[in-house]
Formats: sequence, C-alpha cells, structure tokens
Amino acid sequence: MSAQALLAVEDLRVSFATATGVVEAVRGVSFTMGRERLGIVGESGSGKSMTGRAILGLVPPPGRVDARRLEFDGIDLTAAGSKRRRALRGRRIAMILQDPNYSLNPVITAGRQIAEAYRGLSRAAARERALGMLEAVRVPDPERVLRAYPHELSGGMAQRVMIAMMLAPGPDLLIADEPTSALDVSVRVQVLAILDDLVGRGRMGLILISHDLGLVASFCDRVLVMYDGRIVESCRASELESARHPYTRGLLAARPRIDGPGGELPVLDRDPAWRDAPGVCGAP
Amino acid sequence: MIRVESLSVSFGRVQAVREVPFHVAPGEAFGLVGESGSGKSTVLGAIAGLIQDWSGTISVAGQPQGRRRDKAFHKRLQMVFQDPYGALHPRHVVDRIVGEPAAIHGLDEVGARVEKALGEVGLGPAFRYRYPHQLSGGQRQRVAIARALILEPEILLLDEPTSALDVSVQAEVLNLLARLRAERGLTYILVSHDLAVIAHMCDRLAVMRDGRVVEEMGVEELRAGAPREAYTRRLLAASRGYDRAAAEGFESTT
Repeated sequence: MSAQALLAVEDLRVSFATATGVVEAVRGVSFTMGRERLGIVGESGSGKSMTGRAILGLVPPPGRVDARRLEFDGIDLTAAGSKRRRALRGRRIAMILQDPNYSLNPVITAGRQIAEAYRGLSRAAARERALGMLEAVRVPDPERVLRAYPHELSGGMAQRVMIAMMLAPGPDLLIADEPTSALDVSVRVQVLAILDDLVGRGRMGLILISHDLGLVASFCDRVLVMYDGRIVESCRASELESARHPYTRGLLAARPRIDGPGGELPVLDRDPAWRDAPGVCGAP
Repeated sequence: MIRVESLSVSFGRVQAVREVPFHVAPGEAFGLVGESGSGKSTVLGAIAGLIQDWSGTISVAGQPQGRRRDKAFHKRLQMVFQDPYGALHPRHVVDRIVGEPAAIHGLDEVGARVEKALGEVGLGPAFRYRYPHQLSGGQRQRVAIARALILEPEILLLDEPTSALDVSVQAEVLNLLARLRAERGLTYILVSHDLAVIAHMCDRLAVMRDGRVVEEMGVEELRAGAPREAYTRRLLAASRGYDRAAAEGFESTT
C-alpha cells in the first residue's frame, strides 16, 4: 500500500512560538492515503485545518512544520524548496475553503479566475475550457456565470466556481476544508454530488475536513477523528456510528437527532488522558 | 402567548415575508425552520420590534403591537442572537453587558441580579469582570442568554442560538435552554436551519420558504418522517447526511 500511496504523512507537527511558550497545534499526526475520500473530523482547535494547511505548505508564520515524512506521490515535501512547493500547489494539490466570498477575487470575473489555470493557452481556448469546467460543476447558464463577478453569484454558485477553479488544472489531491458549511442543506447536497462525481472514480484523492460527523460518515470512505492535535481514532466511514474512542462516541451522542428520544443531551466529558493516549483503530 | 396573522415584511421591492400566520401557546416552544433567505429571522425581527416596516397583526400576551414597543414589552420578551461574537460589546466587561437591561429598566440591586443571571447559565461570579474576548464561544452564548434572562422575561426569541458552536458545546447550550424553559415556564420561538435542533427542542414547527410558511406541524410528524410537503421531505432527507438521491431531488426543483 505504502508503495503507491498518494500521500504519506508521518509524525506531522505544527507549532507556534508565542510569548508564553510553544503551542503545538498538530502533535504527531500520521496517515497514508490513496485516491480515496478521506474525512478528517474534529471540533474547533483540534488541528484538522492546520493538518490540511501543513500538507499544502500554507501554515502562516510564525508557524513551524516538522515531519518525519511528508511525501506526496513520491515527492519528499519536507525537502522540497518553496519553488517546488509552489509548482505543486494548485496544479497537483488544490484546496477549497469554507467561504467562497473570501476565497474568490472580488474584482475579477469568475471566468477569468477559472481561466488562470490555462495560462499556456490562447484566450479563446482558455475561455472554452473554463466554460467546460463550469458545465462540469453543473452551473446553470454557464455563459452568464463566466462573465459574473463573485458578488453577483449566490453562495452555492460561488462555491461551484471555486470548485471549478481548483479542479481546472486536474489536481491529484484535493483538500476541502469545510467546503459546504456556509451553504444551505439543499445546496450542500448538490455541491457534494459534484465533488462525488469528480472525485468518486478514483482519479483524485480527497481530504474532506469537517466538524460534521454525519456528513463525513455519509460521504467519505475513511475517517480520521482529531482531538487536541492528534488522531484519536481512525475507521471506515461506514463504521463511524459504532466508533470506539470515548471522544468520538461523546461527539456522536451530543448531536440532537430528529428521531431522538429528546430530553437531556449527553454532554461530552473530556478526559485529560485523551491528550496523550494512543489512538484507536477500527477495522482497516 | 404570541399570535401572528398575515404578517408581511418588505425591504424595498423585495418581499421577505408574505402573509405568515402562526400562534404560540404559553410555555410552548415553537420552531421556525428554513434555508437562508426564507424569511425566518425577519419574522423574529418583526415580533421583537427590530424591524418596523411590517404589515399584518402581531399580538403578544393578548396585546396587539404597533410599530414601537414600550419598556414593558421588552421586559416580557427578550432575544438571543446567532453570533455570540457579534452580539456582545467587545469593550464592555460581562458585568456591564448583562447588567445593562436592568439599568435601562431602572431595576434595583443590579449587581445581585447579574450574579443571579450568570449563576443560572452556569457561569460563576468570577466571569463578571472578564471581557468577551476572554471567553469561549459557548461561554459568550451563555452571557447572551444571561443578559436576556436578567429582566425575567416570559418569552425568549432565539435566532440560531447554537449554529456558531461546536457539537459538544451546542449540547450544553441546548440543555441549558431546555432546563430554563422547564423551570420558568418560558415560551420560545426558536429559529434554525437545523431540523435536528428544532426536533429536539420544539413542540411544533413551521417550515418557511421564500417568505411563506410551507407547512406547519407537530414535532411527532417530523420525527415520524411524515411531512406532507415535498420540500420538507427533501430538507429532512438532506439533513440526514449526504445521499445521492436527495441531491437529485433538489436538482429537479431548484
């Protein structure tokens, strides 16, 4: 498995030096993945977003990234210089963020932002390809959207433009950080269906970072549960409901359910021992 | 306790709420669900008196309401907002934030009231002299709830009170709200996009879309998965997680 792994991460650490000492946001995360859908779940501050950023090389200063191994498709990222990282970023590893309003350039039309991926081509050819991408993410009336500025688009449309833009170069790995949390449920399922189509056929690896256990369980193949900078549990997505770690079980129980019994919701009791106890694995 | 009849709200040419009717009995928790732009928060704003350009009838505790609301109204009805980061004054300490409504209403022993209100939301007296930025999201929402409680209202309007919070913190705040309602016989109108939160907290609910109430039902019908309207059924399916069929269902209508 490790021979053809798309991404191999071993003992990844992200730390920030602050006035009161070093704060470790990610504390020894290890996993390997192929061209599959991997979910990373956890609450705010669990280090899930920092893990995604570290893989891309986008940890903001003064953050420091250390890893025993950080390998993407056979390329050692720990040894790669910033030029090499930049060449990979966007082209082979892409990222979708939560809020399209902050991620799209407000003064450039959607069409030109997508076409930036096709710089080698003529303007007409790039436009043609951008139009094709918008059709692939099922934008109704792509001609209009091509000419539209981000503020002229709804949240769902803007997120589709974002996805089109990120997928235009045909990346091998897509890191989606809460790609649908800012969207309504009806738009959310449509955006997920698009990702499902584009990623689902083993052409691309997807890391879906989310706080939503139900979403990750229903969409991904495998799930990593992060707590306090570490992976406390990893399991098949279909087995998340029968998770074993008390933290994962606590999170699952704390969710209100439509068909639930009502009454008091079980409140998560955090055990200080979780911080350093070894993670648990479901059936591989 | 609250009766709303053919409530309409327009912002310029946009009609945000169209002819909405519902009533809420004393001690009941009523849910308003819908997606962004469905008008659910606008309905709350009109009831609270934050939005003035509405037409129709709003009556609270048997009293028909006009454009302006008096102090007695606000003593009876308080509101908790979605974003605990935006709803608290960043340069005021908790003591001043929570005590402000009591000061406005000229109540005595403000300090003792603040301490009592904080105690009820599970925050000790040590929190009185902290600033909002020194608190976690869940603690801030507790402060916002304490501020709403200090006037000892009968009605709380809750606008997405937990959607900015983590699941485990959401559970704590929902438990707190449920306990307060049981102890004080409060009446709630809870606005949320999350059907599970509504199902957990409310007795009855109305589903809104494009400014209208599409369907009103008891929570048992929702639990049984038997809403009458196709739109509600699709929302229900979508809220259960990702499902190819649910995605196709929305595709055909939007």
